Amino acid sequence: MTTNTEIMTKPAAHTWWWYALLLLATIGILSVYHEVLDVYEVSILMFTAISMGFVGNHWPGFRGHAIAVAMLSLIALQLYGTNLEAAETNGLLKYMLASQSAIMWMSVFFIAATFTYFGGLIFRSDYTEKVGSVFTWIATTFGMTGLMVRWRETHMMGADIGYIPVSNLYEVFILFAVVTALLYLFYERRYQVRSLGGFVLLVISAAVIFQLWYAFERNAHEIQPLVPALQSYWMKIHVPANFIGYGAFAMAAMIGIAYLLVSWRSEKNPDSGLVKAMPPLTMMDDLMYKSIALGFAFFTVATILGALWAAEAWGGYWSWDPKETWALIVWLNYAAWLHMRMTKGWNGKPMAWWAIVGLFVTLFAFLGVNMFLSGLHSYGSL
Amino acid sequence: MSEVTPKDHSHNSYSRRLFLFLGSMELAITLLLTLAIASVIGTVLQQNQPYADYVIKFGPFWFEVFEQLGLYDVYSSIWFIAILALLVISTSVCVIRHFPAMAKEMWQLRTNVQKKSLKAMHHSAQWQSNATMPSVANDLQHEFKKLGFRSRQTVKQDDAVLISAMRGGMNRLGYLFTHIAIVVICVGGLFDSNMPLKFAEWRGEIKIETRDLSIREIPAESRLAVGSQGFRGSVSIPEGKAAEVVFLPVRDGYLLQALPFRIEVKDFRIEHYPNGQPKSFESDLVIHDDQLAEPFESTIAVNHPLIYRGHSIYQSSFSDGGSSLSIDAWPLDSRAGTEPVSIQTKVFENRQMLWGEETMQLEMTSFRPFNINPDPTEEDERNLRDFGPNFTFKLRTETGEAREYENYMFPVERDGREYFLSGVRNSPAESFAYLYLPVDEDGSLQQFLNYSALLRDEELVSDIANSMMKEALAMLPERDEALEASLQQTLETLITMFVRGGFDEVRDFIDNNLPDAERDNLAPAYLGMLREMLARIYFSMDGITPQTVTNDQLLFLQDSVDTIGTLSRYGSPVFLQLTDFEHVQSTGLQIAKAPGKNVVYFGCALLIIGVFLLFYLPQRRLWAWVEEGAEHTEIILAGSTNRNAREFDTFFNEQQTVLATKTGNSNLEPGS
Ligand code: HEM
Repeated sequence: MTTNTEIMTKPAAHTWWWYALLLLATIGILSVYHEVLDVYEVSILMFTAISMGFVGNHWPGFRGHAIAVAMLSLIALQLYGTNLEAAETNGLLKYMLASQSAIMWMSVFFIAATFTYFGGLIFRSDYTEKVGSVFTWIATTFGMTGLMVRWRETHMMGADIGYIPVSNLYEVFILFAVVTALLYLFYERRYQVRSLGGFVLLVISAAVIFQLWYAFERNAHEIQPLVPALQSYWMKIHVPANFIGYGAFAMAAMIGIAYLLVSWRSEKNPDSGLVKAMPPLTMMDDLMYKSIALGFAFFTVATILGALWAAEAWGGYWSWDPKETWALIVWLNYAAWLHMRMTKGWNGKPMAWWAIVGLFVTLFAFLGVNMFLSGLHSYGSL
Repeated sequence: MSEVTPKDHSHNSYSRRLFLFLGSMELAITLLLTLAIASVIGTVLQQNQPYADYVIKFGPFWFEVFEQLGLYDVYSSIWFIAILALLVISTSVCVIRHFPAMAKEMWQLRTNVQKKSLKAMHHSAQWQSNATMPSVANDLQHEFKKLGFRSRQTVKQDDAVLISAMRGGMNRLGYLFTHIAIVVICVGGLFDSNMPLKFAEWRGEIKIETRDLSIREIPAESRLAVGSQGFRGSVSIPEGKAAEVVFLPVRDGYLLQALPFRIEVKDFRIEHYPNGQPKSFESDLVIHDDQLAEPFESTIAVNHPLIYRGHSIYQSSFSDGGSSLSIDAWPLDSRAGTEPVSIQTKVFENRQMLWGEETMQLEMTSFRPFNINPDPTEEDERNLRDFGPNFTFKLRTETGEAREYENYMFPVERDGREYFLSGVRNSPAESFAYLYLPVDEDGSLQQFLNYSALLRDEELVSDIANSMMKEALAMLPERDEALEASLQQTLETLITMFVRGGFDEVRDFIDNNLPDAERDNLAPAYLGMLREMLARIYFSMDGITPQTVTNDQLLFLQDSVDTIGTLSRYGSPVFLQLTDFEHVQSTGLQIAKAPGKNVVYFGCALLIIGVFLLFYLPQRRLWAWVEEGAEHTEIILAGSTNRNAREFDTFFNEQQTVLATKTGNSNLEPGS
C-alpha cells in the first residue's frame, strides 16, 4: 500500500515524457485541423490534454492505454485514407480496427473479463484476476479506439456529416462501458483489490449486451447525420461529463451489491470463503462513498453544462424538460445520500441499498426518459 | 442578563427551536427527497398541453381535480414553489448557523490542545531527539511548510512548545460555496420564472387570453408593456414581415409581451443532408430600434442565438408563412360540373366552395416545397426519393366534419405509369389512404376527366347500353321487349351505381337484390356486364377503337376504372392540382429575457467550485508537541482529517517516519 501511495503523492519526475508527448500530440492535432477548429474546440482540446496529463501522471496504465488508442486509431486512419469502403477490403480494418470491429472486440473482452474476474474470485486465483484486469484494459482500449475511429468515419460519410460519436444512444453506451471500466481500473490499482472486478464488469457487460442487441435489432450502429440542435461544441463536454457521473454511480451500486453480499455472508459465517476473498467491508464502504462523490461532482458539472447548452439551443437554461428534470432528481437523490453519509454518519448496509436504488433512478434518467417520456432531448428514442 | 423574564425566555427558545428545525439536517434531507419525488409528477404527466386534451384524457371530474392541484403546470404551482422556498430558507439558515464555526475551522490552527489529547488521538506517534527543543521545533515547522501546511508555534510551558499546522482549510469554504450556491441559483431562477406574472394575475392586473385572436384584437389586460421583468415567449414571423411582440404561453392561454425593438425577418432557410434530414435552420433578421442610428442585420441559427439588449433571440421552429398557391380544381363528380376551375389561395386561408346545393369550407393547412421519403417502389427502405412539393388542406362540411387531404404537385411513377397522388384521412390519428389518378400522355388529367364525364353522360350511356343489349340478345330467335327493356335498364343502372358508389355499391346491389340461389351464378355475369359497359364507353372516345387499342390504353382504362371505383370513399367532389406556388416561410423565434441568468450562472460557478473543494481538498491538521526531557527532547506528533481517512493513514505513517528520521533517532512509537 505504501509503495502505491508513493506514486500517488510524489511528483513523478520520470513522467516528463508523458507531458511532452501530449504537448506534441496537441500541437500535431492543431496543425492538422486548425482550419476547422473554432476557439471552443481548441479550448476543449487543451483542456483534454491537460486532464490527460494530470491523470496519466499518476497512473501508468492510463498512459499505456492512451498511447495504444492513439496508435491504433492512427493506423486505422492511415488504412482508411479517404475511402470508407476500405472497411470491407482491408483485412486489418475489417477484422479489427474499423469502428464496428473494434467495438465488437470490446464487447468480447468485456464479457470475457467478467467471467475471468469471477473465476478468479471463485477459485481464489490472483493470476486469473490479473488476466481479468488485462482483458478489461484490452476491452477499454478497443472501445476507445472504436469511438475514435468512428469519429473519423462520420466525417468520411460526407461533407458536413461528421460529429463526435457521443451523440446517440448507441454511441453513449460504448462511452458508458469505457468510462465505467476506466473508473474501475483506477480504483482497482489504487486500492490494490481485484475481487470487485466481476461485480463492476457485470454492469458493463449488461450495457455491452444491450448495445449489441440495439445494433443488431435496430441497426443503431449506422451513422446518421446530426439534427441541428445537437450540432454544438457543448456536446463534446456535456456528454462525457455526464457519463463520468453515470459510470461512477453505476460502479457505486455494483460495489453496494458486493457489500451486501459480503455482509450477508459474514453475518452467517465470518470465515466463509467469499468474506476472505473480498476486501474488508470498510474499504468497500469507502469506495462506494468515493465513487458517489466523484459521480456527484461530475454530474453537477454536466448538469450545469447542460443548462448552459439549453440556454443556447432552446432559449432557456432550465425548461423543466423531462430529461433535465430527471437529471435534477438524480442529483437530489445523491445529494441526500451524501448528506446522510457525511453529516448523519450513516454507512454500511442502508447506504449500499440506497446506492443500488440510486442506480435505478440514474438508469431511468439515462434510458427511461427516452423510452417513456417525450421532451426536447432529441437523441436516442428507442 | 440574569433578569431575563420567563416570557422572553420561552419566546426565545421558541424561535430558536424553529431556527434549529429549519437548519436541521433532517429537514434538508426530507426536502431534497420531497423535491425529487415532486419533480417526477411533471415528467410523467405532460405539462402545458391544451386543456381540451386533458379533459379527454382524464374525464371532467379528474380534469378538475388535477387542475386545482396545478398538475398541468406543476413547476409553477403553489405547493411546488413552497417546497423550493422552504429548501432555500432551510439552506440559508443552515449556512447562517454553521458560518461562524466554519470560518473558525477554516482559519484557526487550534493552538490550545493538550499533550494528553494529542496522545489519545487516533493518529499519534512519539519519538526522541538529541537536538535541542528550539532546533527540533524549527526543523519540524520547516518540514510542515514543505508539506504545504500552514503552522504556528505556541509556547506551552517553559520547556514545551506546540506546533499546530493545517492544510486544506478551503474545504470548509467548499461547504459554504455549495450551500450559498443553492440559495443564489434559486433566487436567480425566481427572477426569471413566471412568479411575477402569477402575482399580477392574482391581483387582477392581467388576464390570460385563451381565444384565438389577431394581435390587434387582444385586449389591453392581456398585454404586458416593455419592462424589466424576465419572460420567455415565442413568435412566428413570415419572411418579409416584422413583429414587436411575443406570445407568452400561460397554462391554457397566452399573454402578449411588447418588445423594445422590432424584428424583421428577411429570409428563412433550411438546408438538408442528402437523405433529406434537416441540417440547419437559419433566419436573416433585421433589428429596428429607435436607439440605433440605423437597423442592423444578423443571422441566427439553432445553437447560435442573437443577444440584443438583454433579449436572447433563438431559432426555435418554422412553419409556412402563407405561401401563395395556384390550384386547378378538377371535377370528380357531377356536383362539381365538367370543367376544371382555377383558384388562387394561400396557406392558412379558408374559403367557401359551392358545389351544387352543397357548400364546403376549403382550409389550406400547409405546403412543403419538397418531400424526401422512402421510395415505396423499392425494396430497400433507405432508398429515398424526392416526391416534390405537396400541400395539405381540409374540406369541412356544413356540419363541421372535416377530412384532411394531402396532394402532390407532380405525378408519381409506379410500375412505369404516372399518377397524381392524393391522400385522404378522416382524423389526424389515421394515416393517409392514397388515391392514384392516372395521368394521360400529355401529363394531364384531361383524359381521365373526359372518360369519367362520359360515364355520367346519360344519353351516351343509354346508347351504348342499347347497342350492347342488342348484341347480347341478337341470338335469341324472337324479340322479347320486356327482356330488352330490363337488360337495358340493368346496364344503365350498373353504370349509375358504379359512378355513384364504385364497386362497393355494385357489390351491395348484387348482395341485396339477387335471389340467394342465383347469386353465385349471376354475380360474375353482372360484373362482366359492368366491365363490358365501361370498356365500350372508353372505346367511344376519340381515336380509341377496339381494333387499334394499345396496351397502354388498356392499362389506362384499367387504372381509370379502379380509381373511379374508389372515388366514393375519397369524399371530395374535386381533385385539387397544384399548378404553381410561391413559397413563403415563417420563422419561429423564441425570445427570452432572463435578468436573473447571470445570478444563476454565478451560483453554478460557486456550486462547481464548492463541490470540488468539498470532495477533493481534505482538511488535514498536524500537531507536534516538542518538550524538553531529562536527556532528550521528546516529540509527540498527532494528526486528524475530515476526509479520506484511508489516505490520511498512509500519509501520516509516511510522514512520521520521515519526520522522525529527520529530527530524531530513537524510540519510534507509532500510534494505533
Ligand atoms: C436544505 C438545507 C441544507 C442543510 C441544512 C444542509 C446541511 C449540511 C451540513 C450541516 C453539511 C455538513 C458539512 C460538513 O460537515 O462538512 C452539509 C454538507 C453538504 N451539503 Fe448540505 N445542506 C442543505 C442543503 C443542501 C443542498 C440543497 C445541497 C445540494 C446538493 C447540499 C449539498 C451538500 C454537500 C455536497 C455537502 C457535503 C457533503 C460532504 O461533506 O461530503 N446541501 N450540508
